[in-house]
Amino acid sequence: MAKKRIKMNTRGLLKGAVKGSEYKKEAMISYGILIIGYIVLQAGAAAGIIGRNLQGQFVPICVYMSLAIALNLVVGLSGELSLGHAGFMAVGAFSGILVTRILETSISSGPVRLVIALIASALIASLAGFIIGIPILGLQGDYLAIVTLAFGEIVRNLMNVLYFGLDANGKLRFAFNHTIDGVDTSGRIITGAIGATGVIKTASFTSAALLTAFTLFVVLNLKNSKQGRAIMSIRDNRIAGESIGLNVRKYKLMAFVISAALAGMAGCMFAQGYSTMAPTKFNVNTSVLILVFVVLGGIGNIWGGMIAAALLTVLPEALRQFADYRMLTYAIVLIVVMICTYNPTIKARVGGFVDKLKPKKDKAKPGKEVA
Amino acid sequence: MSVLNSLISGLSLGSVYAIIALGYTMVYGISKMLNFAHGDVIMVGAYVSFLLTNHAGVNAWVSLVIAIAICTVLGIVIERLAYRPLRGTGSLAVLITAIGVSYFLQNAALLLWGADPRMFNSLFRGFQTIHAANGSLTITPESLFTILANIIIMIVLTLFVNKTKAGKAMRAVSEDNGAAQLMGINVNQSISLTFAIGSGLAAIAGVLMCSAYPVLMPTTGAMPGIKAFTAAVFGGIGSIPGAMIGGLILGVIEIFSRAYISSELADAIVFACLIIVLLIKPTGLLGKKINEKV
Repeated sequence: MAKKRIKMNTRGLLKGAVKGSEYKKEAMISYGILIIGYIVLQAGAAAGIIGRNLQGQFVPICVYMSLAIALNLVVGLSGELSLGHAGFMAVGAFSGILVTRILETSISSGPVRLVIALIASALIASLAGFIIGIPILGLQGDYLAIVTLAFGEIVRNLMNVLYFGLDANGKLRFAFNHTIDGVDTSGRIITGAIGATGVIKTASFTSAALLTAFTLFVVLNLKNSKQGRAIMSIRDNRIAGESIGLNVRKYKLMAFVISAALAGMAGCMFAQGYSTMAPTKFNVNTSVLILVFVVLGGIGNIWGGMIAAALLTVLPEALRQFADYRMLTYAIVLIVVMICTYNPTIKARVGGFVDKLKPKKDKAKPGKEVA
Repeated sequence: MSVLNSLISGLSLGSVYAIIALGYTMVYGISKMLNFAHGDVIMVGAYVSFLLTNHAGVNAWVSLVIAIAICTVLGIVIERLAYRPLRGTGSLAVLITAIGVSYFLQNAALLLWGADPRMFNSLFRGFQTIHAANGSLTITPESLFTILANIIIMIVLTLFVNKTKAGKAMRAVSEDNGAAQLMGINVNQSISLTFAIGSGLAAIAGVLMCSAYPVLMPTTGAMPGIKAFTAAVFGGIGSIPGAMIGGLILGVIEIFSRAYISSELADAIVFACLIIVLLIKPTGLLGKKINEKV
């Protein structure tokens, strides 16, 4: 009886934690950015304003946007640091490649294969997220970061020695070394450190943009649901959340697994945009890059992360001559942004300055949400 | 005999990890932050020593002393500029900043010294390799001196932390920051001292590591850094003997996996061990369980 009462109180408490109008505003801005970006880029490509190089970046832009949204679910909403999202990407990418290759002969339509591959990669990545999430989500923040990092490295290491291929009967086989029983050279799909070669691309700008929209839909709806508010209340004060009857482990795991599944789908889409894909693509640097998107966009700010992802994917192409200084600049920007957002004195000063510029804007900043 | 040889190289690698892990664990103990950039301080130390010996003709041992001095200053500067402004904010903010510092050091090294791998000259070139048991057991001077250095550092550090006034102050700050301040301990100074010691040790570790594994690149420090970090967590972060035990176990596991299982999977096995240890003991082998106050 007592337990039930606590549950009811929880429901009452969590209602109205986020105002409905705020949610609508965030959703409108996020979807708006995606739709306007899609139309502008598509029109630019059709009119010939946007060159081939940049057109090749359309799918990665959407993929990184999705990843930024997915990681925001863990870092922003759940308040945990994951340095292993490249691992989930890799899981999604390679399972997607396997699925499309197996279906190549039976299903001729590329988009259908892509959808099946996306579903499969989401399932496998969420399974990976579940397996890794169950033991580690009881750990405190710093430990979680190092374990997710370890997970990403384990995935990359395993992919370096795993070989997949189809035998004469079209059955999938795998081995830990170069020779797979009953598989000849033509049947090989993934070959260890070299990765997958000769992938028939099934991703397009439209499908990638649709995936971003789907990711956005999932995360925004979660954020505005009872579960989302529970996740955020645990982030703000775990003990308080626990004391009103929230199952901390369950909600943290929920955020983590959904985020892993979305990252897996993004990885699948990413791999389907290239004809070759090597495991080295999914190293710690990629995990950190996704984190940079989230931090620069403002932790917890979903559309901010989207813009950061798009800009940081396009800018290196546009500023090729400064390629050497790019990572150095990222590093400095990361440090400066963190200090300016979190240092109490500097925050007050910068905040005051921003308020002067826009006197009517409300003072709540995304950085404030994370304790 | 090959088992014994593997054990010695495992202990040697483990000693390097242990020395690096000390830096992580002391900094974590005192300021409750994971200094992600610690691995890259190793790289800076190794580069300084390399450039001094190969381009300025300085004696290798003198270059080691200069490398220690430069890394000590670097550690203090990093703490002052990047971490101190964020003291007292959540661990997420500091951790992300530390990742930023790590990237900064790696890419600054890339711009300054180029991406080409350099061949590091061993610090112990003048010493003979020891052959025992009819030549089936070989001990390189690098292994021997690394293990010795680890033991000496461990003893000196334990004495320093337990017996000196500065060490006592450091322990007080890591126990309770606020109370230590009320007792008149200069908290800032204690934290700076911890960073200084950790970074100085990182320089030693860098030179020792590059003496045994002579390829030097801007990313040289990243992987050992992550593994030493793993070693610190493995042994229980915040604990000095834990860092030593964690480092040695990790080094031995890595070398044995390389020798008997698969050289490509060695890293995966090391990280898998970390996850298993954390499952059984969430705060590491010798870590203290901290009860949360409501």
